[in-house]
Amino acid sequence: MFLDFFLLLKNDGLPVTIKEYLTLLEALDRDVVEYNVDDFYYLSRSVLIKHEQHLDRFDQLFGFFFRGIELIDNEEFMQIPEEWVRKNFENYLTEEEKEMIKNMGGLDDLMKRLKELMEKQKNRHQGGSTWIGTAGTSPYGAYGYNPAGVRIGQDGSRHRRAVKVWDKREFQDLDDSVELNTRNMKMALRRLRVLTREGTKEELDLDRTIEKTSKNAGFLDLEMVPSKTNNVKVLMFFDIGGSMDDHIDLCSRLFSAAKYEFKHLEFYYFHNCIYERVWKNNVRRFQEAIPTFEVLHKYNNDYKCIIVGDASMSPWELLYKNGSVEHNNDEPGFTWLQRVKEQYPYLIWLNPVPVEDWRYTQSIDMLREFTEDRMFPLTLSGLFKGIRALKDNKQKFENN
Amino acid sequence: MKFEGTENYISTRDLTMAVNAAITLQKPLLVKGEPGTGKTMLAFEVAKALDKKILTWHIKSSTEAQQGLYEYDAVARLRDSQLGDDRINDISHYIKKGKLWEAFESAEQVVLLIDEIDKADIEFPNDLLLELDRMQFYCYELRKEVNARYRPIVIITSNNEKELPDAFLRRCFFHYISFPDRDTLKQIVNVHYPKLEEKLIDKAMKVFYTLRDIDGIKKKPSTSELLDWIKLLTVGKITADELDEVDFTEKLPPYSGSLLKSEQDHELLEYLKYRVRR
Repeated sequence: MFLDFFLLLKNDGLPVTIKEYLTLLEALDRDVVEYNVDDFYYLSRSVLIKHEQHLDRFDQLFGFFFRGIELIDNEEFMQIPEEWVRKNFENYLTEEEKEMIKNMGGLDDLMKRLKELMEKQKNRHQGGSTWIGTAGTSPYGAYGYNPAGVRIGQDGSRHRRAVKVWDKREFQDLDDSVELNTRNMKMALRRLRVLTREGTKEELDLDRTIEKTSKNAGFLDLEMVPSKTNNVKVLMFFDIGGSMDDHIDLCSRLFSAAKYEFKHLEFYYFHNCIYERVWKNNVRRFQEAIPTFEVLHKYNNDYKCIIVGDASMSPWELLYKNGSVEHNNDEPGFTWLQRVKEQYPYLIWLNPVPVEDWRYTQSIDMLREFTEDRMFPLTLSGLFKGIRALKDNKQKFENN
Repeated sequence: MKFEGTENYISTRDLTMAVNAAITLQKPLLVKGEPGTGKTMLAFEVAKALDKKILTWHIKSSTEAQQGLYEYDAVARLRDSQLGDDRINDISHYIKKGKLWEAFESAEQVVLLIDEIDKADIEFPNDLLLELDRMQFYCYELRKEVNARYRPIVIITSNNEKELPDAFLRRCFFHYISFPDRDTLKQIVNVHYPKLEEKLIDKAMKVFYTLRDIDGIKKKPSTSELLDWIKLLTVGKITADELDEVDFTEKLPPYSGSLLKSEQDHELLEYLKYRVRR
């Protein structure tokens, strides 16, 4: 029975190992728990799960296995704010789909029906062929934006019938995409080093010790130096949402590698182009937006700046006032990018779009020019080259 | 031998389970959680509840795994040799025992706290795999194997500044101390300030939770901040009625500096105050 549970966790992608399973059995054997399911839940959680990001998934699977509750995965789905969907509906639907909506009685009816369906829909539903599936792919694909899932409050209930501990799912917020195979990226980022000797003296300076000892007629005279540490400061801007959804996996890997490598790392998110506001928290991006000026003033030009984005947008998002797809901006995107560029002499742009496709998008060309050919593809070799350009301003990316 | 929390420390059921499982199976317990939720306290309370000695090893960014085992002071020996000191003939004079060694050779079982393991270099936990797994290591200078007489109860805390390696995690029990719910928090306050009047605690907790719920607070106050703040309230003889007047628009809570430690959070409060007034 427990083996099945273990396999369920394993197959779901939680990093559980046989050793941990054996530990669990040993604990059961030694009567650590008093044969009630709550205790077993606590015990198995403590033995099997080692990352708080996984706690939520564990809670769900535990509930699923031991009571057969449905795996409800459409929560994010239900928490998309209605007006947002409405506002952008038209932009994202093809003529054909718009026609379809009309036939179904217009947007209002559609929203109502969507809600009804979601109420009924208790099982995990993926890639269905019913219209909720198709409609789902266009607006929700576009709005399923960020890796953590857009969690913005709305009035729909969450179907909380159960009250068991694992059903409370109190660790939900900790869930995020976990780093996988980031080692190569870490190695690339590691090259970005500014080694300095600062702090307490704790390393033996051999040369000076020999020198001073000889001067001291052979009596030992120790000389110490502080050890070398990497003091590079990095400021990253991540494009998030929209067309970046295709690259989420890659970007989150880069992100976790960067977080791991750089002690002084600051990061902000933007959508399509940097305007007057950026944000740190995608869930609360509208409430907790940070003025870009604040960022520029806070981090001086010691910082190396990395912009990660597909640079794919309509040119007017860069060139004109009010060109942004999301809000009314007083100043064009280029003005803001220019400010960033002036502040940070060492700036590169990492683009997850394959190099071969760059020339098909006008805005990529414009931004390549803007970065003075310091736009690099987000591949391993591109990353290596980009890192080199962060140390030496003359390095450029030469395509073909 | 079971840990059930102490009179000063409220342990939730899941935490108790994790601690006892780790003790029974003699594996390290890794504790993570929001700052100020009592991760380090746990080790001290476990030691107290089980009546054991505690050894603490506080990790800093410069700490190396070897320092927990022992350090060989070659330079001191070299210097002594120049001065013609007799001590140099016995190498053990120059071996400084680390916390792990101390814990291993203790005459009774001890609790070993490895505090803030994430502060050290990323390789640090890997260097301790065998030592924590088998509770033994080899001292090259003395050509001697050091084995634990009694396997210590190892409690490790982490603030999540760095990812810990998987190989290390596999060998640990894990517990995430989440922020306590209202009832637990009240119990915690009660064990710390048993004589405080009920009304003041209720009011203080109300203010505390309102503060935690404000959108955009960067460093949310946690249990330890609440306890400090209540202490200040009692010292300052603030009454429940005075707390009643706190509404975050006209009047900020007294001693709010002990609840909010970041300058930006204070600015945010001032800003909210200003905005609501308008």
